[in-house]
Amino acid sequence: MAALLDVRGLKAYYGQTQALHGIDFELEQGGITTILGANGAGKTTTLRSVCAMIRTEGEITFAGDRIDGSRTETIVRRGIGHVPDGRGTFVRLSVEENLKLAAITRRDKDGVDADFERVFGYFPVLRERRQQQAGTLSGGEQQMLAIARALMLRPRLMLLDEPSFGLAPLIVKEIFNIMQRINQEDGVSMLLVEQNASLALELADHAYLLETGRVVMGGPAEQIKNDETVRRSYLGY
Amino acid sequence: MDLFLQQTLAGLAIGGIYASVALAVVMIYQATDHFNFAQGEMAMFSTFVAWSLITYGLPYWLAFFLTVGISFAGGLAIERIVVRPVEKAPVLNQIIVFIGLLVIFNSVAGWIFEHTIKPFPSPFPEEPLFGNRFIGMHDTGVIGVTMIMLALVFVFVRHTPLGLAMRAAAQNPESAKLVGVRVGWMLAIGWGLAAAIGSVAGMMIAPVVFLEPNMMLGILLYGFAGALLGGVSSPGGAVLGGFMVGVLENLVGAYVPFVGTELKLTVALVLIIVVLLFKPAGLFGTVTVKRV
Repeated sequence: MAALLDVRGLKAYYGQTQALHGIDFELEQGGITTILGANGAGKTTTLRSVCAMIRTEGEITFAGDRIDGSRTETIVRRGIGHVPDGRGTFVRLSVEENLKLAAITRRDKDGVDADFERVFGYFPVLRERRQQQAGTLSGGEQQMLAIARALMLRPRLMLLDEPSFGLAPLIVKEIFNIMQRINQEDGVSMLLVEQNASLALELADHAYLLETGRVVMGGPAEQIKNDETVRRSYLGY
Repeated sequence: MDLFLQQTLAGLAIGGIYASVALAVVMIYQATDHFNFAQGEMAMFSTFVAWSLITYGLPYWLAFFLTVGISFAGGLAIERIVVRPVEKAPVLNQIIVFIGLLVIFNSVAGWIFEHTIKPFPSPFPEEPLFGNRFIGMHDTGVIGVTMIMLALVFVFVRHTPLGLAMRAAAQNPESAKLVGVRVGWMLAIGWGLAAAIGSVAGMMIAPVVFLEPNMMLGILLYGFAGALLGGVSSPGGAVLGGFMVGVLENLVGAYVPFVGTELKLTVALVLIIVVLLFKPAGLFGTVTVKRV
């Protein structure tokens, strides 16, 4: 089966500084792939590259079509929902407006209404907070809002940038459970970047290990989990 | 008491103009983080366009709406052609572009339409409403027109999908792109709207100050004062600020003997300085805290 996302020889640059030195990875339709690595390894950069938020070289193929060279807005509309680091909340808009915004380009009103219900089904707290200014939500609620917003795009692929960042363990557990449900019930594939390696490896079926802008290891999550180096450096036992 | 009422009402009329200019300035400010110094000159140029159309023989209101449309297209074009290339340039470069636009519009208007002062018609009849002695018909009309326009802008920005996308693009461009909003176009539409709002202000004030290339210089200053007083981060606040400046300017002119009509403009400048010193965020603005 052809991969949903296929990345070949990806290089990325911040101004003059090269952050990725030609990485290859792929993601199966319906799967969850995680990218692990230390601070500064290029995890966030990889996600940003897929959405054309920085200058890149190399091939990125999504659902059979080349998307490198397209604009962020175009890529997003093709079905890639990006949940950015820092959550990207529109703090002065209401929760409902945040969600509406993601459905703005869609013409199927019934589908949008159904998606509102679906999203509120996953995150009931957002329904309660519907009219509240998004900036007044707690960190966990804002993370839920970010995921919900990406879901409103009806994505085939979600890019998740450290959804556990700065959150209490219980909230993290809840969010990861919901991510699993979204993957299973809606068939949304996921590319997950995490500092919390053990958590990510539990959810994912495939994993790649990044070190200073290069892929040093890749394979089924089970295999990576049992690797000696990964265990000592990233899982800590 | 009569004088007070009269001056307050006249202040509201002129305040409507300031409010419109303040709103236009704030719309651009929210998207670019800079004051568009050319906002007044753009409005002046729009007014000359209206004058040409009227001189050509078009009925007033047809010319009015045509001018609003042309101004919208003009503002859009300016963003696409002039502002966009310097989008990521340092602050000073952008300010210089805005000042350049100011000088260009001013000179080109003088070149095409000459510097002679021209009368500009008011669409409203001469005699005061219901024969009252407090407010003239033009002032009443100005209040009406600016109120309707501000209400339309409010409804558009608050309650339409396009308005929502524009607010999102101004607030957080990166996130807006990630939900598929074409941020570049939203900014361009913002410029178009600001130019259209400015054109209405220009056409409403021209019968009072007369039409000539420098007619908006003072008005823009009052507009800035209104925007700062209300808060540059709050479009609604800027509108209220504009009205407040108008009323304040008139009352100070009438009641403080040494100010009179000559030193009125100074009131705006003093107000700008006082606001910046004591309440930089304005009355209704929010303080933005930046981590460095």
